[in-house]
This record gives sequence, C-alpha cells and structure tokens, in this order.
Amino acid sequence: MSMLFKPVILWTDALIYLLVLVVLAFVWYVRRNEHMLAPWRRVGHSASGMAALTVLVFFIAIGLLDTVHFRPAVENSGNSEQVYSVEVLSLLDVIAEPLRTRVEKTYSAPFAAHLYARETIELPDGGQVREFPRLQFGGAHLQNPDVELVADVTERAAVGAAQGFLGWCVLVVLLGALLARQDNAGLLPTLFAIRRGATEVPWNAVLLTLVLILSLLGAALALSTHYHIFGTDKVGQDVFYQSLKSIRTGLVIGTLTTLMMLPFALLLGIMAGYFRGWVDDVIQYIYTTLSSIPGVLLIAAAVLMMQVYMETHPELFDTIAARADLRLLFLCIILGVTSWTGLCRLLRGETLKLREMEYIQAAHAFGVSHWRIISRHILPNVMHIVLIATVMDFSGLVLAEAVLSYVGVGVDPSMISFGTMINAARLEMAREPMVWWALLSAFGFMFALVLSANLFADAVQDAFNPRVRTWSLKAGKLRRTERTKTPESKPVAAAAKDSNPP
Amino acid sequence: MLNYIIRRMLYAIPILIGVNLITFTLFFVVNTPDDMARMQLGIKRVTPEAIEKWKHERGYDKPLMLNDGEEGAAKFTHTIFFEKSAAMFAFDFGRADDGRDIAHEIKSRMLPSLAIALPVFLLGLLAYITFALVMAFFRATYVDFWGVVLCVALMSISSLFYIIGGQFLISKLWHLVPISGYGGGLDASKFLVLPVIIGVISGAGASTRWYRTIFLEEMSKDYVRTARAKGLPESIVLFRHVLRNAMIPILTGAVVVIPLLFLGSLIAESFFGIPGLGSYTIDAINSQDFAVVRAMVFLGSLLYIIGLILTDISYTLVDPRIRLE
Repeated sequence: MSMLFKPVILWTDALIYLLVLVVLAFVWYVRRNEHMLAPWRRVGHSASGMAALTVLVFFIAIGLLDTVHFRPAVENSGNSEQVYSVEVLSLLDVIAEPLRTRVEKTYSAPFAAHLYARETIELPDGGQVREFPRLQFGGAHLQNPDVELVADVTERAAVGAAQGFLGWCVLVVLLGALLARQDNAGLLPTLFAIRRGATEVPWNAVLLTLVLILSLLGAALALSTHYHIFGTDKVGQDVFYQSLKSIRTGLVIGTLTTLMMLPFALLLGIMAGYFRGWVDDVIQYIYTTLSSIPGVLLIAAAVLMMQVYMETHPELFDTIAARADLRLLFLCIILGVTSWTGLCRLLRGETLKLREMEYIQAAHAFGVSHWRIISRHILPNVMHIVLIATVMDFSGLVLAEAVLSYVGVGVDPSMISFGTMINAARLEMAREPMVWWALLSAFGFMFALVLSANLFADAVQDAFNPRVRTWSLKAGKLRRTERTKTPESKPVAAAAKDSNPP
Repeated sequence: MLNYIIRRMLYAIPILIGVNLITFTLFFVVNTPDDMARMQLGIKRVTPEAIEKWKHERGYDKPLMLNDGEEGAAKFTHTIFFEKSAAMFAFDFGRADDGRDIAHEIKSRMLPSLAIALPVFLLGLLAYITFALVMAFFRATYVDFWGVVLCVALMSISSLFYIIGGQFLISKLWHLVPISGYGGGLDASKFLVLPVIIGVISGAGASTRWYRTIFLEEMSKDYVRTARAKGLPESIVLFRHVLRNAMIPILTGAVVVIPLLFLGSLIAESFFGIPGLGSYTIDAINSQDFAVVRAMVFLGSLLYIIGLILTDISYTLVDPRIRLE
C-alpha cells in the first residue's frame, strides 16, 4: 500500500511544533493560576489589543497551514516502489492550488485580463501584430474583457464579501449565544450589550475587525479563482500567493529567533544576577563585547560565513526546500545570538533586585538549593520581562528580515519572503508603466502584520508592567494615564535597527 | 576627570580584544581559509596551487593560532591570528579583493557617509523633540491620542518602503531631485535632500514616541507639581523645567550613536548611490569580500565603544549629581 504523500518535517517545522506545544502548555498552566491569569485579563480588556490579536490569529493560522509539509507521490507506471516528488509542498499550497499552479508568462497587473508587455502574435493569415496577449488564466472566462471586466469583478467581489458577511453573522450569533448562556441572559440583550461595548472583553472591537477581515477575505477568495488579484510577477507567479507564503517566513523569524535566544538570555542573565562575583564579571564581559559589534555588521559577517559553510557542506540537505529551510534556521540562530544581550542585561538587573528580597533570603536560610531558588522563586518572577521582550521584539524582527534580505544576508533567494519579494520587485521600478503591485502587496501585508503585532505588544506591556500605562480610549472619552517607560524596557531587537540609522 | 577618562579607555581594551577574537573565530575558524578560497575560486575545478596562491596573496597561508614550526615568541606571532589582529589595531586593514587599500578607501568614504548621517541625526533630533513636546503639551487630548496612533503606524512601516516610496514620489513623479547619485562640494546638496528627509521620517515613529514617554515621565515628578502650584503657566513649566530635565536622558542617549554616524547607513546609501561606508559594506557583502567586512566590523565596534565612553562622560557633564569614581 503506497501512500499518496510522504510527510516532511523541516527543521523550522519541528521548532514551530515545539513552540506551539510550549504555548499550549503555558496557556494550560496560566489557566490554572489565578494570579497569572489576572494580567492576561487586562490584555483581554484592551480594545486595540484584542482587535490586533484577531488579525494576528489569521496570520498565525496561515503560517501554521504553511508549516505542515509533505512530498506528494509521483504517478509512476507499474513500478512497485512509490516515488515522491522532490518538491516539498505544504497544506497551504494544497488549499491555494489554483493560485500556485496557474502561472502566467510574465508580469500582469492586478485584475488584468491581458499581459503587461506587448508581444508579437502570428495571425492565421501569416501577418503579425504586436498587441497585449490575453492571460492564460486571469480573466480567461470573459469573452470581451474590455466590456465585461468591471462588472464581473464587482459582482464576484460583492458575492464573496456577502458570503464573508454571512459567515460573520453566524459567528456573531454563536458568540452572543455563548455569552448569553454564560451570563444567564437573553440573546438579544447580550448582542446589544456587545454593541454598546458593555461586555468585559471588548467584543465589539473584535467583531468589527472580524467583519472587515471576513468580507475582505471572502471577496479575495471569490476573485482569486478567476483573477490574479495582486497581479503576477516576472515569472508569472501570482503575487497574492507569494504574499500568503511570505507570512510564514516572517512569523518564523519573529518567533523562532526569540526561542533561540531565550535559553542564553535566561540562563546567563539569571546566573549573573544571582551568583554575582566572577560569574557576573565573565557574563557581563561576554555581553558587552557582543553588543559592541553593530548588529547588522555582525549578522552580515555571520551569514556570510554561514553561506560559505553551506556551500562546502552540501550533505546537510537533500532538497531545495530543505536547503532554504536550513538557511532560515541559521538566520534565526544568528539573529538570536546577536540579540540576546539586551534581554540578558534586563534579567540580570531584575535578578540582582530579587535576590535581596526577604522571601529569597528566607529560602536561603532554610537551606534551599540554588537551583531550586532559581527555578521556583526567581524564574517565575522575571517571566513578565521575558514575555514583554518577546512580543516587543517580534515586529522588529519581521521588519529586519526585509532589510537583511535586501542587503543579501537574509533568507535563501528561493524562499518566498517579504524581503525577497521587495528585492525582486524594486528592480522593476524603472519600467514604464511601473510594476508596482508586487511591492505594494509585500509592504501592505507586512504593515498589517507588524502593526497588529505592535498594538498587541503594547497591550501586553500595559497589562504586565504595572508601572507602564499607555493611552486608552474608552467609551468615547479619553482617560488620562501617564506612561512611564523605563529606559531598560527598550525593545531588544532594536539591535538590528539601532546600528543602522536609515 | 582625566583619570576617569583614562581608566574608562583602558576598560575598552579587553572588549576590543574580545571583538577581535569573535571576528577571528567567525572569519577563520568557522570556515578555514581553504574553504573560503574554494568558495571564491569556484567549488569545482580548483587546483591546490590556486588555493595556495589565493591564501598567500592575502597572508592566510600560516597556521591559525599556533605555529609549531617556529621557536619562542614566533610560535605565536607567525600566525594568522596575531598578524591580522596586530594589523587591525594599527588600522592597517590590508587590501580588498580588487587590490585597493581598505584603510584609504575608508578614509575617503567617511565624508559622504557623514554628509547624510549627520543632517539626519541633527534634524531628526530637533523634529522628534518638537513633536514629542507638542504631544506632551496636549497630553490626554485627541492630539496626543492620534499622535501616538500615527507614531505606531510609522513604526510599523518598513524602512524600505520609505525609501522606495520617496524615490518614486519625489524623484520620479515630481522630478524635484535626482533619484540617486552624488557630487562633490555644493553640488552634493541636491542629492542629499531626499535621503535626509527620508531618513528623518523613517526614524520618526519610534523616537517621537520614546521622547514623549520621557517628557511624560518628567512631568509626573514633584518639582513640576510645585512649579504649577506656584502658578506658573503650563508653557513655562514645559519649556523651562520639563524640557531641560528631559534633555538629560535624550541627549545622553543620542551621544552613543554620534561616532557611528561615520559608518553611514547600509540601505539608504546603496539605494541613493552615495559612495559612503554603508554602500561600501553592502558591496563587500555582495561580492563576499571578507577582508572588507572584517575591517568594517572592527571599525564599527571601535566607534561604538567610543560612543559608550562619550556617553559616560556626557552624563557627568550634564548631571552634576553623578560623581566620578
């Protein structure tokens, strides 16, 4: 019995699965502890934070779909042994099959039915004309695109958006029913309460974001089966598909980098603060030295060396996807190694403060071992710093990826990412008329991802750091709150940006 | 004071040695010189003679850390590590792959880098402080709220977008300034306007928000309440009391980047075709010129360490509460 596919777990896939497990375990743990749940409740009360989280959930869902990799079986004639394609696909590739496979000849504008460039076409009578040929797939169902295109696009968009809206309505009713059951109230009063913003969690903000996303998504899906809604690139690949694929790369860089640096930062930071003396001196020396090399230059040097290493060790990977993935992993490690110093410094400072606390002195007096004091008393009390640093770093890392890929020290050129999209598209700036769609969709998707990450990070910081409170706009009235951010809570991942004044 | 500065500079030496050790490990231990030679000359069809020649030209044909063939001190000095490090500390960076002297190249490229980085730094500081002050003055109003929203939005836009968008709008659509290039003397100004404006805008979000925080923190202090209680108008409280005290963290925070201005910026310089150190580094990365990248890493760290020393000194200058010990 031969299988239709062969599962492939790339390095970053495995780490993402690990990360998902860690997050799930963390959620389970937090849910059981009221004192840990309290700050998360505060995050839940932030309208901007919850709206941002809604957007992030969509991005994460796409990223996770794109993480489940496999190699499809190749149809073979009679041989008993099953052969699998060298091409590694993901679930997203399967879902977006029409987007991935319908490749045009070259550039075409969004919603175009014709190619971007003129071509010489042989007429049946032997003559030649130069005209814009019809696209093979985009708008191919239209008889006369010049006349029908606008009406067709509008109709499909409206139908798609309406379907999205219907789905939203179902969600609203479901949510209302759920909340109504919880509060023992009627469905209608609950829905009105949501509308007024009288619920504990600002569901109105979440639902407003959802209706926007779902209608846009509905319209985009309905249109993308018949058009290239963001156009096609130089080799005729759909830009919408590329944008969707870029999301995973951005998410991987933003999250795995932190996963890589956390062990260093936690272990060394707490050790330096807890043991002091020569341990502190050595660790301080290490991070001062590392952080005095400008981030971009250190990353560039390390990536350059990694390229040489990978050129000379081709046995490390068997497919192009595995090679690109390995390079992505190395990039995360390099970014992690260059960016742990900021968090380490914060953790050292906090541990220095904590170790003088009475409860830790008491633990000492009872003869509790160092390891136990660190794991039971110090670690839980510095976790909020780790969490804030993690969410604050995320957006900086996503932005850094684009810059690094432009410099030539980012992800593998064969891997679709915001950086490689921008890099490929910027060369076409000089064309007349301009090829703008690939650039704009890369920037647009990146902006949505980074903005929601920033807003969510703000909400988390507000909730977890009682000293820090930002602006909040509630019930149409501004509540004045002072924001006192201490210098040391500056985002850690600024490393890559700091040394690089644009 | 002098005592302090000297001691502070002595602290920098072990750090520089550490930086040198890291770069050495990166460039010579992770990949041996043989690997690099093979990479540069093409993986396949490369003769051992060609590799030896490549290594000899660059002085890489010695043992890495320990030379067993020599006696006494020469055991350590006749190695790649010692020779390259010693040369580095004497600012002799060797030659680039195209045969030019790196130190000379750096010297001639510093000025164009500075010509764009310095105006960006000064104008940026002025603009960000002004906006942050306006937001702090109108705190808890819609001006403040939308100001912060704008800052977060500006922060979320890729710096590449500012450059590409600016080039498209101002140079291509409106034909106000050339898209890219560089000229000597006053001629340079027309090339510099756009990169400087874009540089200021792309840093605006994060810095303005950061400075606003500093202002608000300062405004919540007791002496400000006292000043208000005396009946001083808000504008005087803001400009005479808050601004002056808030300038301490702002300026001392800015001092650290001053030496790094010499390095210029990687992205902007290569987009605008400015022959500075940033574009030099990018070219070196793209052509895999290891000697140049190593030199730039060393130079960058040196400048950063100088920045840290200047920061410490500036603290003691502006804040009389800090005593040198």
